Amino acid sequence: MASRQASSPSLSAENIAVIRGNRLVLRGLTVAARPGDIIWIRGANGCGKSTLLRLVAGLLSATSGILKAEGRIALADESLALDANLPLEQALQFWADMDGASAAQRSAALTDMDLQDLAHIPVRFLSTGQRKRASIARVLASKADIWLLDEPYNGLDTTSCARLDQAIIAHAASRGIVLVAAHQPPSINVAHSLVLGNQGVAA
Amino acid sequence: MKAFSALVAREVRLAWTGGGLWLPIVFYLAVATLFPFITGPDKALLARTGGGILWIAALLATLLPIERLILPDRQSGVLDQLALRGWSDELVATAKIAGQIIAFAVPLLLATVVGSALIGLPEAQLGILLLGLALALPALSGLSVMIAALTAGLSGASALGGLLLVPLTIPLLIFGAGTLAEDPRNAMQLLAATSLAITALSPFAAGAALRAGRI
Repeated sequence: MASRQASSPSLSAENIAVIRGNRLVLRGLTVAARPGDIIWIRGANGCGKSTLLRLVAGLLSATSGILKAEGRIALADESLALDANLPLEQALQFWADMDGASAAQRSAALTDMDLQDLAHIPVRFLSTGQRKRASIARVLASKADIWLLDEPYNGLDTTSCARLDQAIIAHAASRGIVLVAAHQPPSINVAHSLVLGNQGVAA
Repeated sequence: MKAFSALVAREVRLAWTGGGLWLPIVFYLAVATLFPFITGPDKALLARTGGGILWIAALLATLLPIERLILPDRQSGVLDQLALRGWSDELVATAKIAGQIIAFAVPLLLATVVGSALIGLPEAQLGILLLGLALALPALSGLSVMIAALTAGLSGASALGGLLLVPLTIPLLIFGAGTLAEDPRNAMQLLAATSLAITALSPFAAGAALRAGRI
């Protein structure tokens, strides 16, 4: 199940349109990403940023258009997907096992997000920012080529934002692709930014 | 395969830490305890009707874990994370059904030994009852996951789950009760066939419901 392994990841979407609940959420969307690209998806609330990420993740299907994604994908959105009663370390290890990642990679991800002191705390006791960092640590430990981060800076303090920036830059440097949906500008250099206007038109 | 067993193990752990183990068992045994209070200490009557009561109690106990089978995983994003790793919804449903069989069906069979002693079933009937329940419980586990997937997120999900489960379990109940008659062989074969069909179909129905519920 974690067998899709691409030599170099790529992502291309051509003229994508998505209709959800009788509403046109995205239309005329074209995007292409090469290894090492960081793409900032921006736009007002409800313009289809999350829809785009779920579409790339394969959780939604496009009403029309062609979407191709090569490489393994990891998604961090508002749902944490970690078992609330488990200690953070074990909850992350569940997904690390699913992804075929080692315990060392999981520990490295915890350290990268400064969560090593919370490793033995049950997930349900984590604060908002700590939960956000935990979901990013899940992405870090996944060994995925394409990262989809939905509002990853929400709830993070300055230090944690810097840690996240570092992680994103490191991933791009190792020829990964990062899609960041955020309404605030990221503090790092992005390959290009994709502005979603009203009704999801790529402006 | 390793990932599949990890998911099954997670189901069992969630069931056993979240009240999914003892709640259905306590309910099941409570029915077995209460039934003699209604009929009075009539040994012949208890021996004749007790098996049927345990069958109904097992069907109703199936309903108890329904709310925690699918909805928490959908809300916490676990189902999304599995889907994006290439898991088909049918495979996720199969893992959940396998988890239910281990976490719910096996303990229920063990509790049947206690329950039949509480009711005072003859020993010959206990063997038939255990065999019949063992045949039917995979189907009941499949139905509970399927109904959980269908009703996840709906208001009044547990009441609706009960309404859905009752008609679907009628064949199991009819043949199950049939096994308690004089000659259990025909009924046992029909029970096995019905249970196999339901167990084999339920991952597909549950998978379709999981897919339809993804927004």
